[in-house]
Amino acid sequence: MRHLLSMADLDRDDIEQILNLADSFAEVGKRQIPKVPALRGKTIAWLFYEDSTRTRLSFETAAKRLSADTMNFSVGSSSVNKGESLRDTVETIAAMGVDGVVVRHRGAGAPHRIAEWIDASVVNAGDGWHQHPTQSLLDLYTATRHLGSLDGRRIAIVGDIKYSRVARSNAIGFATLGAEVTFVAPQTLLPPSLEGWPVKVTHDLDEVMEDIDICYLLRMQLERQEQAVVPTLREFHEEYGLTTERADRLREESLIMHPGPMNRGVEIAGEVADRPNAVITEQVINGIAVRMAVLYLLLGSGLNLVDNQEAVA
Amino acid sequence: MSDKTTAIKGGTVIDQSGSRRADVVVSDDGTIVAVGEGLDGDVTLDATDCVVSPGFVDLHVHLRQPGKEEAETIESGARGAALGGFTSIIAMPNTTPAMDCASVVREVIDLAADTICDVRPSAAITIGRDGDALTPMAELVKLGVRVFTDDGTGVQDDRLMRTALEYAGSLAHLSGGQPIVLAQHCEVNALSDGTFMHEGEWSSRLGIPGQPAEAEELMVMRDIALARLTGTRVHFQHMSTAGSVAMIRAAKEAGLPVTAEAATHHFCLTDACCADYDPVYKVHPPLRTDADVAAVKEGLQDGTIDAIATDHAPHTPQDKERTFADAPPGMLGLETAFAIANTHLEMPIENLLAAMSWRPAAIAGIQDEHGGPIADGGRANLVVLDPNTTWTVAGDAMASRSNNTPYEGMAVRGRTRHTILQGEAVVIDGEAQR
Repeated sequence: MRHLLSMADLDRDDIEQILNLADSFAEVGKRQIPKVPALRGKTIAWLFYEDSTRTRLSFETAAKRLSADTMNFSVGSSSVNKGESLRDTVETIAAMGVDGVVVRHRGAGAPHRIAEWIDASVVNAGDGWHQHPTQSLLDLYTATRHLGSLDGRRIAIVGDIKYSRVARSNAIGFATLGAEVTFVAPQTLLPPSLEGWPVKVTHDLDEVMEDIDICYLLRMQLERQEQAVVPTLREFHEEYGLTTERADRLREESLIMHPGPMNRGVEIAGEVADRPNAVITEQVINGIAVRMAVLYLLLGSGLNLVDNQEAVA
Repeated sequence: MSDKTTAIKGGTVIDQSGSRRADVVVSDDGTIVAVGEGLDGDVTLDATDCVVSPGFVDLHVHLRQPGKEEAETIESGARGAALGGFTSIIAMPNTTPAMDCASVVREVIDLAADTICDVRPSAAITIGRDGDALTPMAELVKLGVRVFTDDGTGVQDDRLMRTALEYAGSLAHLSGGQPIVLAQHCEVNALSDGTFMHEGEWSSRLGIPGQPAEAEELMVMRDIALARLTGTRVHFQHMSTAGSVAMIRAAKEAGLPVTAEAATHHFCLTDACCADYDPVYKVHPPLRTDADVAAVKEGLQDGTIDAIATDHAPHTPQDKERTFADAPPGMLGLETAFAIANTHLEMPIENLLAAMSWRPAAIAGIQDEHGGPIADGGRANLVVLDPNTTWTVAGDAMASRSNNTPYEGMAVRGRTRHTILQGEAVVIDGEAQR
């Protein structure tokens, strides 16, 4: 594996290998000095064409715990604003001798284009509506730590699916690990076609509450309301939000997940986000170990040559 | 007379009147001087195993001049056109500045004065192609414009489009009786703003915002209604959906004054081509589904779609080296059109030539000069085609200043051998002569 562009590129073995390695790296995070020399001498560039706080901090923490050198390409103050093409920008960065590039871009497929142009490994940290594979991997990690095997488990992914790279990544990721995925949204928030997707669809959230093992809520992009894809956020909350009443109907061991940042009172009732079965903060914590695993596998050694002990020692 | 003559020997002549074995002698005064067996001229062009046809006419090319000369010029575009077998091409008005006034149209006419293909300017329907106010159509018709279009965008406002049709319908006295045609790029902006490909299975999977087929079809529906209301002819550009083809078929059966073209890529490529996010496949209207491709082919085969156009749209490598969303739409077509049509369309070559030569010539109102019968006294605008040669497409080998061909590396069958413009062999054995 040279790049991580899409969850569709990973089979079950690949995912399990990443999650197992993440387990070892999670232990590193608990040490007094949470740092290992696994990527010493490697250089990683952050190429964030779109605002991101959480994902960038998470990647940056992961890289530092692996002792990698990092450099930041800040789009706001760069030559991008002077009209430089994407290709020229990434070739310039590659020329500085980076081993990996972590890319976020508002355009779907940007990391795929970049991977064709440069030799460094490319990690997709979110491209448009398309994919956000490390988010999916940390969600899978979090879910399996609580539920064990996901075979036959039922997950509902709820809300703003059409515009969501998290939904696209998780539909593939959870299905690859054997879970049964249901999209819950009005038609205005669903992709126009679900041909070939490993998912079921319903417009009725109440129909699935008792059956699911995971209720995965998506951030509602508030600007969607200006496009009138839902009449009001209040109505969206009533029909598709995880209200207190709905959360009460979840089975006790069922998980509530959210990729953050949350709109309390929109996709999730404020109180529900703080319940014991809401693992939203854990997702953030696990993100660091999962991203350490991804960076190590891409930049440290081949996916099939993993020696966990060597990496973690 | 000391005019030089050229004999095209050994080929099969195909024109509107049918097919026959004959040699053709043209004079550099621009006319055909003899058609028959065993003819000779001052110069001989071999046409053994080849088809001799009236030259191709392309209703839809973007030559980028004025304004974007690093991507294409009128000279380089005309050269590519001649190499593709075209003797006349209609230049779209979405230049910078737009071809929306006499001075820009005159500049294009001047720049095309000595090119190896007859370049005709179209002009915009609305000033700046902004959809707000009509261009000075009468003045532009007097300069020779016969086709008006805001191509690149459709006229959104129903009332303005009605007015444009009524006004253009009353200008034939200024054009020597030749009809004026309004050519529409059918796309309802409300359904297509912010989209980059066809909406469907592939756009959903790729996370690329898509526009539904209905964005095109709603405007086709409206303009058929306006053609009925005004009686003025509407030409539908680059028809790409099964629904559009069906509506045009019904409109023609109802006797309405409509014509249509299909771009070469819309009968051989689908939205699945976008799977790797390569913007070379980004085009407006977007590549559609297998069912749409089949419907466009059927429309060409049964004559619902009158003409094959290229929608030749050059872009520099640096403009295409962006994300799918950021790259401009459009692909090259002039130098591959005949080969693509010949390879992908299961139709008799007579019908294929009709769709590339005499039918588009009639739509553009230039049938007295292009696409006419190959007979004594006819205009010597001809192409000699080898329909059986197989070759591999390479963008870098093209005359175009750009190389954004979607057919790179593809094996295709059929090639232009010679092109004759006004009696002059401007392309001989695939080589431009000047």
